[in-house]
Amino acid sequence: MKERLEALRTEALQELQGVANPQQLNDLRVKYLGKKGALTEILRGMGSLSAEERPIIGQVGNDVRASIESVINEKQETFLREETETRLREETIDVTLPGNELPTGAVHPLNKVVQEIEDIFVGLGYTVAEGPEVETDYYNFEALNLPKNHPARDMQDSFYITDEILMRTQTSPVQVRTMKAMNGKFPVKIICPGKVYRRDDDDATHSFQFNQIEGLVVGPNIRMSDLKGTLLQFVQLMFGKQAQIRLRPSFFPFTEPSAEVDVTCSQCGGQGCRMCKQTGWLEILGCGMVHPRVLEMGGYDPNEVTGFAFGMGVERIALLKYGIDDIRHFYTNDQRFLNQFGRM
Amino acid sequence: MNVSYRWLNEYIEVSDLTAREIAEQMTRGGIEIDVVESLNKGVTGVVVGYVVSKEKHPDADKLNVCQVDVGTGENLQIVCGARNVDAGQKVPVAVVGAKLPGDFKIKRAKLRGVESQGMICSAKELGLNDKLLPKDQQEGILVLPAETPIGQSIGITLGIDDEVLELDLTPNRSDCLSMLGVAYEIAALTGREVKLPNTSVMHSADQASDHISVSIEATELCSHYSARYIRGVKVAPSPQWLQNRLIAAGVRPINNVVDVTNYVMLEYGQPLHAFDAAKVAGGRIVVRQAKPGETLTTLDDQERKLEPQMLVIADAEKAIALAGVMGGANSEVTADTTDILLESARFDGSTVRKTSRQLGLRSESSARFEKEVDPGRVIAALNRAASLLEQCAEGHVTEGIVEAITKNIEPSVVQVALNKINQYLGTSLSKLEVEAIFLRLGFEGSLDENGVFTITVPTRRGEITRDVDLIEEVARLYGYDNIPTTSIEGSTTPGALTKPQAIRRDLRKRLTDSGLNEVISYSFTGPERTKLFPALTNGAVPVRLAMPMSEDRSVLRTSLLPQLLEMAVYNRNRKNENIAVFELGSVFHTEEEVLTHLPQEKHRFALLLTGNAVQAQWNRKAEAYNFYHAKGVVETIVNTLGISGSVRFEAAQPEGFHPGRTAAVLLHTEAGWTTIGYVGQLHPALQQQSDLPDTYVAELDLAPLYEYADFAIEYKTLPRYPAMERDIAVVVDTAVQAGRLLETASETAGELLESVRIFDVYAGEKLGAGKKSVALALVYRHAERTLTDEEVTELHSAVVTKIEQTFGAELRK
Repeated sequence: MKERLEALRTEALQELQGVANPQQLNDLRVKYLGKKGALTEILRGMGSLSAEERPIIGQVGNDVRASIESVINEKQETFLREETETRLREETIDVTLPGNELPTGAVHPLNKVVQEIEDIFVGLGYTVAEGPEVETDYYNFEALNLPKNHPARDMQDSFYITDEILMRTQTSPVQVRTMKAMNGKFPVKIICPGKVYRRDDDDATHSFQFNQIEGLVVGPNIRMSDLKGTLLQFVQLMFGKQAQIRLRPSFFPFTEPSAEVDVTCSQCGGQGCRMCKQTGWLEILGCGMVHPRVLEMGGYDPNEVTGFAFGMGVERIALLKYGIDDIRHFYTNDQRFLNQFGRM
Repeated sequence: MNVSYRWLNEYIEVSDLTAREIAEQMTRGGIEIDVVESLNKGVTGVVVGYVVSKEKHPDADKLNVCQVDVGTGENLQIVCGARNVDAGQKVPVAVVGAKLPGDFKIKRAKLRGVESQGMICSAKELGLNDKLLPKDQQEGILVLPAETPIGQSIGITLGIDDEVLELDLTPNRSDCLSMLGVAYEIAALTGREVKLPNTSVMHSADQASDHISVSIEATELCSHYSARYIRGVKVAPSPQWLQNRLIAAGVRPINNVVDVTNYVMLEYGQPLHAFDAAKVAGGRIVVRQAKPGETLTTLDDQERKLEPQMLVIADAEKAIALAGVMGGANSEVTADTTDILLESARFDGSTVRKTSRQLGLRSESSARFEKEVDPGRVIAALNRAASLLEQCAEGHVTEGIVEAITKNIEPSVVQVALNKINQYLGTSLSKLEVEAIFLRLGFEGSLDENGVFTITVPTRRGEITRDVDLIEEVARLYGYDNIPTTSIEGSTTPGALTKPQAIRRDLRKRLTDSGLNEVISYSFTGPERTKLFPALTNGAVPVRLAMPMSEDRSVLRTSLLPQLLEMAVYNRNRKNENIAVFELGSVFHTEEEVLTHLPQEKHRFALLLTGNAVQAQWNRKAEAYNFYHAKGVVETIVNTLGISGSVRFEAAQPEGFHPGRTAAVLLHTEAGWTTIGYVGQLHPALQQQSDLPDTYVAELDLAPLYEYADFAIEYKTLPRYPAMERDIAVVVDTAVQAGRLLETASETAGELLESVRIFDVYAGEKLGAGKKSVALALVYRHAERTLTDEEVTELHSAVVTKIEQTFGAELRK
């Protein structure tokens, strides 16, 4: 019997060598190891063996089964692996075809700039104040130390609705409104972004509607040096650490002293280029110490508090920041224009 | 104000500085110099020549052959085509080797066979601005005064070897509308002395007051009127040097008398006027307001209708000048004039301003009066002009000044403490430093033991009236660059956005992250456009601008949608066909036809979708925008704001919208359900009119959203017990609104219903006309325990029954 078993082993292993597919393998498993298979067939004869022989033959039988099974399993794994490989090969796709992107839109570039500036000043402890776009002559001019018939005030430059009501020409009226609302309390630390309107023929650099951001700080002992410090901090956060400022005396009716502020040209870093007309500086801000008369009209005693104010044109900063060639793009909203501002 | 560098040296010695250096210092000191322009546009080698003879060119009718002496000993033969060339003239000659503007080199040439050794030049060829030249010099060659030295470089003759500083003055620095003012400014910046012009006259024995008299009737509008009487003037062209300086300053020379008045105006900033004394009736000057119906023909030959508030200079009979604005033709100085009445006065700035605006007549004179002239220079300027008229017009100045004064204007005295200066600027200037600055400014003053400066401000700087004005002077002369940079002292303040500001930020981010572009449109629109969507304007009257730039930008927008429509059309015309945009902006509402109060400014959100939501790609089909995209945006907004439970949509037919594809958006407020806006398709007629394909829009009021928005996130513990899902499909009339089915299901099932969702809507032949099938998936769950099959079945049956009863629905098996 032992011989028969060994012969079976030899035969089976030999036959397994030539197996070509999983079907054949299965057939052989049934043929040799199945319930009615050859091995079972031989081992059925165990009953006629002696008690001494039985464990020995049993051992041999198990041995033969194990060796056949091991080869079958090995074969089976090989087939499985090949099958998987084939399937994966068939599943290959063209990864260079374009994907399905998530839709992206863009915040309007003017609001992008406004938000950036707001964030800087909110970080410095300012709140954001707002006021009406249709204003009274009083808040837009008179309370800002521009009495009627002041030479700096030109009817032709403003969109009046009635003699006393007009489209605000600057965001500065929000300063006075805020001061009045504070009812003499300080400190005041605000920035006021918003639309303003001036009669101007539209061209590449002029628009009758545009945006300003204005800042106001009122408190005891506010100094012109604080204004310089604040503006330097702002431009370095906005335009980078290398940015410097330069103040030139100027005139605004609502500040005294007043200054125009130049910032290191962002294009050339101050070397001089076309954008800064070879000066190395870009004019972006107007500022000054709040005129005592404006403080008075805002309900403060100029002997007790002082303040500074500054203002800038949002369009100008956006034009410079993004190198935009025509201010009208901001208001015609060409999708090809807006789509370019979809990045963080 | 244009300042000639050479001329400037008459009043302050600056020859060691270049024009550019002066410009830089002035700009850093607060007077911006836009441009420094060279008057010489590229002229070299041009000299003064004398035309010895002129003969006709043998072969050309229009050419002359001239022999010209340029001081070299030998005459040059020059062929000249100018009609006005003649023997005996002094002319500019570009000799061989000379250069003219435009890099034009003069070479030896033959013209029709005749040799020409140079060129006789016109003013234009020399690069002069011909608008500033007398008419007779604008054409042909430039003929120079007979006394001009032969051989002199033309740069010297015409004063073009000079540079001009163009000042861009702020309204507070009208003191620099004069050469002297500029000199004082440079003196302050550089610590130099100002040289004053010669104002002495050789009086004749004759008394001015025997010939003329002056009275001011409009006492409030003229504080000082002074006049001189000058006899025997010879009206002629001014000397070349005077003409050159006027041209450099941008003023056209006319004749010696007028030129002198203009010259002194440029020197002192005090406009003057010369009347032909023979035409001043009674030799009487009356300063008064115009009479009703009075007219005056001004020097530009325009007849002006005067209004009573206008200030005029009149003689015994009639108006002869518009005070400070322009003279009258009836008293004009002409070639025949011999005696003149010279005026130097101080008129009220705002009156001059109003008059010049009203008549559209702005002059160098009115520009200066508008800003109030220096009371300290009225007499000095008068004398200076008299002196120059002696020199340039052979005038005899009669004895005495005839004047009337209604108000003496004293220099203002202003105090400022050293402490205050340093506290205000953040500096630590010493007493001496500040004193030195006041000294440089020419401000006299004293310092008391308490450290307070008492400063007498010269009248030329009349705008300085308060301590802060003096502080500004100190700051700008100390140098803004030298002021330190410091941080605000005192307690810090928290910065933050308000709730509405934060909401707008959130919406902007949410919507742009979802693929929409934000737009900003114009606040001005056409009146017709405000009528497109009455439901969005609440009956508001459009606010109209008093003087609009154009009719289509003449009123304030009452809703945002018309602006978005305009924007969509603009984009479609540029082949941008897929548009998904929103705007956050104000609309302006009032009920008043004429505003007496500010209009209400309402913050609005508006949306516009047109074209494709999804572009065709290799793996997916194009998908056009439809109503549910627009509604989905509105739903996203209310979800973002945490108020989806308080918002419902109801079919609505507002004007301008598609009547079958529009919903009112309602918010549950304290006042009940309130419409806060609309979402829908644009009315097809409007689409067609605008040449737009199907377009979906929405507009919402933001104020109620600001009020009800709820950012608090209430965490609910995750469910521990399983849910049971039951689906139903019901057949109902097409008119039954799915939203109502959802509401009925929710109300009937109550708390155990976790969610209900419509997963299919179907209409087809099988169901018959006018019917549709709606399939709902209901999810039931109890937070505390597992629901039994029986109780869910019972609840669900109730829902089904209710839907069947309410909507006549049939359960679809």
